[in-house]
This record gives sequence, C-alpha cells and structure tokens, in this order.
Amino acid sequence: MNASAGNRGDKIRSDCWVSVELTNSGGLDVRIKSKVERLFGKEIEQQIKDICGFFEIENAVVEVEDKGALKWVIAARLEAAIRKVKKIDSGFLFPSVNSNADYHPDDVPRFSRLYIPGNSPKLMLNAGIYGAHGVILDLEDAVSPDKKAEAQILVRNALRSVDFYNTERMVRINQLPAGLKDLDFIVEHGVQLILIPKCEKAEDVVVVEERIKEISGDDNVIYLMPIIESALGVVNAFEIASASVSIVAVAIGLEDYTASIGAQRTDEGRESFYARSAVVNAARAAGVQPIDSVFSEFENMELLKANALNSKSLGFEGMGCIHPAQVKVVNEAFSPDEKEIEKARKIVEAYEDALEKGFGVVSLGTKMIDAPVVKRAQKIIDMVTKLK
Amino acid sequence: MIRRTNSNKKRSASPSHKGIGWEGAINTAGRLIPEDINGEKVTPFQGVGKFISEGRRFGHKIPSMANFPSDGNKLVASLKEALVKSGLKDGMTISSHHHFRNGDLIINHVFDIASELGIKGLRWFPSASFPCHEHLIQYLEDGTISHIEGSMNGPLGRFASEGKMSKVAVLRSHGGRYQAVQDGEVKIDIAIIGAACADPFGNANGLNGDSASGLLGFALADSQYADKVIVVTDNMVEFPCVPWQIQGNYVDYTVKVDKVGIPEKIISGTTRITKSPDRLLIAEMTAKFCEAAGIIRDGFSFQTGAGGTSLAVSDYFAKIMREKGIKARFARGGSNKYLVQMLEEGLVDYILDGQTFDLDGVRSMRDNPNHVWTSPFTSYNFHGKGNFAQLVDVVILGATEVDVNFNANVVTHSDGYLLHGIGGWQNCLFSKTVILPLPLFRDRIPVITDEVTTLCGPGELIDVIVTERGIAINPLRKDLLEKVEGSGLPLKTIEQLKEEAEAICGKPQKPELSDKIIAAIKWVDGTVIDVVRQVKREAPPNLP
Repeated sequence: MNASAGNRGDKIRSDCWVSVELTNSGGLDVRIKSKVERLFGKEIEQQIKDICGFFEIENAVVEVEDKGALKWVIAARLEAAIRKVKKIDSGFLFPSVNSNADYHPDDVPRFSRLYIPGNSPKLMLNAGIYGAHGVILDLEDAVSPDKKAEAQILVRNALRSVDFYNTERMVRINQLPAGLKDLDFIVEHGVQLILIPKCEKAEDVVVVEERIKEISGDDNVIYLMPIIESALGVVNAFEIASASVSIVAVAIGLEDYTASIGAQRTDEGRESFYARSAVVNAARAAGVQPIDSVFSEFENMELLKANALNSKSLGFEGMGCIHPAQVKVVNEAFSPDEKEIEKARKIVEAYEDALEKGFGVVSLGTKMIDAPVVKRAQKIIDMVTKLK
Repeated sequence: MIRRTNSNKKRSASPSHKGIGWEGAINTAGRLIPEDINGEKVTPFQGVGKFISEGRRFGHKIPSMANFPSDGNKLVASLKEALVKSGLKDGMTISSHHHFRNGDLIINHVFDIASELGIKGLRWFPSASFPCHEHLIQYLEDGTISHIEGSMNGPLGRFASEGKMSKVAVLRSHGGRYQAVQDGEVKIDIAIIGAACADPFGNANGLNGDSASGLLGFALADSQYADKVIVVTDNMVEFPCVPWQIQGNYVDYTVKVDKVGIPEKIISGTTRITKSPDRLLIAEMTAKFCEAAGIIRDGFSFQTGAGGTSLAVSDYFAKIMREKGIKARFARGGSNKYLVQMLEEGLVDYILDGQTFDLDGVRSMRDNPNHVWTSPFTSYNFHGKGNFAQLVDVVILGATEVDVNFNANVVTHSDGYLLHGIGGWQNCLFSKTVILPLPLFRDRIPVITDEVTTLCGPGELIDVIVTERGIAINPLRKDLLEKVEGSGLPLKTIEQLKEEAEAICGKPQKPELSDKIIAAIKWVDGTVIDVVRQVKREAPPNLP
C-alpha cells in the first residue's frame, strides 16, 4: 500500500512531501531529498525512523522531498501519509509550547483575527508576529477537500509547536457535521477559540459544545464564535448568540450571506446593511462581541480602512484579516482614537468626582451624563488599558 | 561618535597547522589562514585598522602621445583586433566591471575570442559576476581561464565551491578591489570597459544609449591602472562624449559593437519594495529603531541597498521624515526610483551614487546635478585619505549569517556553498551605525548562529541586528542601548535570538568541508580575513 501527504513543487517552501509504502520485509528504507540536507539530513532521517517506530512500522519505503520544513511539519506529513495506509489509535504528539490553562479572559480585544490556511505551514510560522489579536488556523474554506485530513494533523501540530506569542489561538472547523471530527484534532491541543461556520440555529452551537465536553470534560475552557453566513442565520442571530455561555463573539460572513439573499457583494455594502446591524444587535443583546466579515481586496489599504471604520460605526468590535498587512490597519481603525479616549476619561473622572462629592447627578460642562454613557466611557478606558 | 578599536575576541597567532595539506596560521579573527594563495604570500588579518600598508602606489609605464593616433581616433575594427593589439597572451589578467549586471554581453565574448585564439591560464578580475557568466564555466574547465578574482554569484560560486576551479578565487569588496589595483596587488593587463556611450578617443559614460546603466565607477581603477584599456560601446558618438565618466586619456583602443548589453537585464530585478509581510515588519522595526535612536534627524545621511527589505526601510524613513519635517543631507546609493523620489520631493539634498539600479536612477543622474556619480575610490577605498562611507550616519545591510559575536557572513550559505560577492558591504561597515535587518531563520536554517561559516565582517563593526522576533544591539554600543531603552521596541540579546532560532529550527549539524581552500576573503586593507573551503563532493540533490 502506498500513500502520500504534503506539498511538493518549485514554489513550495518550509513544507515537505512524504510518501509511505508498506512492505513485507527489508526494514525501513528512508530516502530523503532535502534543501537543508547538509545541515539537517541526519536529523530528518532519525526523525522519520523514530516516528515509524512509534507507529510500529518496521518495513516500509519512506520518501521525503523536503523544502526546509520544520520538525512538526515533517511529523505531520509523515503521520498523515501513515494514516492513509494503516489504522492508528493515537497521533504522534510533540510536547506542547502552548497550554489551554493559560489565563485567558473572555473579553479580550478581538479587533483583528488573521486567517491562515490550515494546510500551509509556511504561513503559520510567523502568524503570531504581526500584532493580530487572533490567529485562525482555517480547516474550512482554505483547505481543498482532498487535503482536509492532512490539514487536521498539521493544525494539531501547529497548535502544539508554534509559539503564537500573545495571539489568541483560534481554529475554524468545517461546516457541521464534518466539523465535529475536526474537534478531535484540536480540543486538547491548545486551541482557545473555535469558529463554527455557517451557523443557522442554536443547535449548531450546542452540538459543538457537547462534543468538546465529551472530549475533554467541563474544565477545558474553549470559547466559541459562531459565524452567521445565511439569511436564516441572520433571522436566528439572537438565538445563536445566546446558545451557550462559551460564546464570546458572533461573526458575520458576508460572501455566503450575500449569495444566500441573491445579491452581489459591493464595496459600500448596502446589500448587507440589514444583516450586519441585525448581527450587531443580536450580539449586543446576548452580551457578546459582534465581529465583522473579512475585506478581500488585500492590497487596497485605503478602502480597507474606510470599510473598517464603517464597520466600527455600525457597532462591530473587530473584523477578519486575510493578509498580515491588513492587521495594522484594522487594529488602528477599531482602536478608540485620541478624542474618544480623552472624552471617555473626562466622563469617568466627572462620574468619580460626583460619586466622591455625593452628587446624585453627573454633569460634564453643561451636559448631564446618563449611566449608560458612563458605562460606555469606562469600557473604552478598560479597552485602552488592555491594549497596552 | 567614537568607533570601537579592536575585537574583543582577540587571539594570538599560533604555530603553523600541519597535516591539512597546507601551512597556515590563525589570524586575529581566529581563522586559519594559509601562508600563500596562488603562490603569493598572504598577509593575515590583524584587526580593524591595525595593518598599515607601506610602500608606494602602483605605477605603470609612462604612455606617450606620440604612440597614439594623431587624430585621437583609437577605433579598431573589432574586439578581437583590440585584444590582439593589446597583446593578449597566456596568464594575463583581464578585468571588467559589472554595471551591465545580468545583461552583460561583452565579457563572455572576450573569453570566446581568447578561447578561439587558444589562450590559456587567464585570470578574470571582474568587479562582480552574474548568472549570465555561467557561459564561462566551459573556459574554467578547459583552462582558458585559470581562476576568478571577484564575486562568485550563483553558478560560478557553485562551480568553485565544489573545488572545480584550478586556482583559488579571491574575493574583495568594491573598495578592496580599488585598493588592490592601486597598490599593485593585482596588475591588470587588459581592462575591458563596456559603456552605453563613448567617443572614438575613449571618453565614455553609462548615461546615454540603449544600454544605459548610469555610471561607470567600478571601471575607474581599471582605466587608471591597467596596462591596456579597451572601451567597447554600441553607441559611438562624435568627440566629445560628455560627461566623460571614463577619460579617453587612459584608453588605448575603442571598439564599436552591435550590442553591449541586454537593457531589460541591465536593470536590476530587485528594485521593488518587498511584499513579504515578514520583511515589511523587519523594515518597519528597523526604521522605528533609527527613529528611537535619534538617527533620523535633520541633516542626517543614510545608505540602504536595493534589495526589497532595504527599499522598504527607505520607504519607512521617508514616511517618518515627512511626518516630522526632516531632511537628509545625502543618501548614498545604489539609486533606484524610491531614492530618486525622495530626492525630487526634497527629502534628501544629494544622492551620492555608486550604481544605478533602474531607469529612474539613470534619468535622475543624467538630469539632476544633485544626483552625483561616485566611484569606489571616493566612497570605499581604505587606502585613501578617508572615504565617504565613514561619513554615513546609518547603513542598512544584509547578511547570510550573523554569530553571537556579531560577526557576519555575506558570501557563503550555512551549508558551505559560496554563492554571493562582498560588494560594498565591508566598506559600509565603517559607517557610524551599521544595521542588519534579517529574518531569524530562512526555511529551516537559523540566521543567527554560534559561529559564522565564513567571516566577512568583524562583529566590532556591526551594531544592530533587527529580526522579526526582536532587536539585538551590540553591547559595545552602550550609547544606542541607552537611547532606545523604554522605546517599546522588542530588545533582546543576540544569544536570546540565537536560542529562539534554534528552538524553532533545531540546531543544524556542521556541514562537511574538505581541507582544500577554494576562495580567500580579503579585508578592506588587503589582508586575508578568512578562507572558504571546498564542500564535500556529494552535492545536495537538485529538487524538482
């Protein structure tokens, strides 16, 4: 039996292609062609042998075409190939550099979340350095159907081995029910937030939550972010947003949504105004963060900025990024600007002053200030503190 | 600014090492250097500024006007005729410049002629070689060319690395090349100077014509010191060809050919700001560092290369300068459209240019008196009474590797292959602040290592390493450390960066090298700072 996994070709970097052919005798025949042969050839050979040993493979021809893949990538490719020719009980796991036990409050800023295709190791290596609030290892639309299985293993290994620094570790699973199988590869491996695509009803969230509990019990805190991407989803937005205490945010996905209502997506977004506002309203009603869709013209930073500012003005607290260059623009757009901060500071100060002096009414200049205004101002001050 | 004077890693010379096929001694930088190279005695590196050369500059025979055509017309019928008249014979040294970069059509033709004439054992002395010179491998194999002294880019480097060149390559910086010629260390028999424009007397420039490359600074030493000088052009104009970047008074023969270069390949492909988010991040951090360190101030000067990351650094500089209303006194080129824009916008007063990388650079140099052409003599020569590089406030350079002592390598890869030239890199280390923006690792290969494979620049001259995962400042530069403390920049020690790289990549095994020396690396003063050894024969397989 013969199977392969990974990527090969001229343009591939930091990845490898592995093929495994089980044989009946002759031991392990490991054939390595590597761009870093002179520096890591022996180590790669040993790694292949160790992993074959772990999976109790004694006789096989293993071919590796390596373009400078890191250890966890080579291991993921080899395991994916082996899984195609042999039934195995548990994966080959590296000690994890990330831990689910890391303290991680539910209301961290989520201005920017950077999508990384789930089968592209090169893009994962530096995903944590661009200042995005979250990195999404995407098992859904960014992975072609024939690569789904190997992406699960790659994402699992990345969650364990890549230091994403302070970036929230997110995974977008596949549309249910296939997405439930993805959970086996991420739940116990350091994921902090799971995005559930194409949610249309509360039940879609509940099954995911239940499956997470089956895998790892009640103690493992993994947040959920349902993505609403259809007319029906928008109608049920509040039901979805309040389906579980694990939900910290609700996102809207506009590509699919506009298709579902029979409209074209435009830069100004008139066609999605209703849906966006409905999602913002539902999220706010449920007490979670409303998060906007991605902006797909990744070279047009001016348009991105306008789009993000518009999104903020509708009430969203963040949006998706499909390119690292978008992160800075998005973060800046969603951050409170200096005027907002200054105003908030004055309001909070006036409130505290009034409290101290025992005044029942808070006023700033000649204006009376209501409680919700103070609350909102306090939120901005808290946000600024967190961003620092 | 006080420059540091000597290496903190000084080692005394030890007795000769036997049993490796050659005699040698350890130089001040801790590198084992042979006693002679290609039969000539070697002066080992003795520390930055320690070796003071004595003696006089090279002087060749006095020419006489009486021996040249009375009408000043030195035109001959063909390049072959010029070479034959110049007395081309076995063992000579043929020099050329690299202003035509990968579009050079002349030098391959010169060696075709030499081969046709049955000449053997030539030394090629280019200011740099390019992949288009792969054509010459056949002549290295059949003995027409014995060896190359100059940069060994790509295919020629690979050929030499595998021990296939019969003599040892010698690599020098642009300044070091001028120094070697001026000092008589390399005597050029015949200099070939391709030019975009020339007159029959031999005046030439790189400004006008289809093969315009800007300036001809790299050919200056060749014109001044070579025994015979041949100017070749496809754009012969009536006297006078002005400006005369090369003066006809040095020239023996002029030749008109159909084409000296391929214009689209003369223009470098590198002059575009990088789109890589990682490199952009590194460039932005570099600019922020310069801002925090107070380097970007009114009247400052800078040099960035033409690589994608360097261009991005210039671009970030420009943004900061616009925001703060700062003007630079001069920028040292490699000029390109981004630098030209800064000149035209009034962000810099002058471009002092060493080579033009694109047509905007050529146009600006031709039309703008503040875009000044320079040469390795004015910019880089260590055996001069100073040079411009030392006046530059900050220079942004590259490297293949840096070690924990800030020593850097620009010529070999970590697997031992010699694939790049030194260029002006060593000379630029004398600028006031030297910054290397580098990725922490490339594919799986850490860029920060315990010890560089080949030493090209001593750590005492390298001040700051900027990576996407942190910035390391040379502890010798306490002044810089103090200035950027509290700036919010991610400062780390070089050891921390090295450990981080190894945590991600693993620690590479040492590549297997043989004892045979394939190249010597000269320091700017003509001493030998390191040598490159042959890689073990089993070359890495070429992947599909």
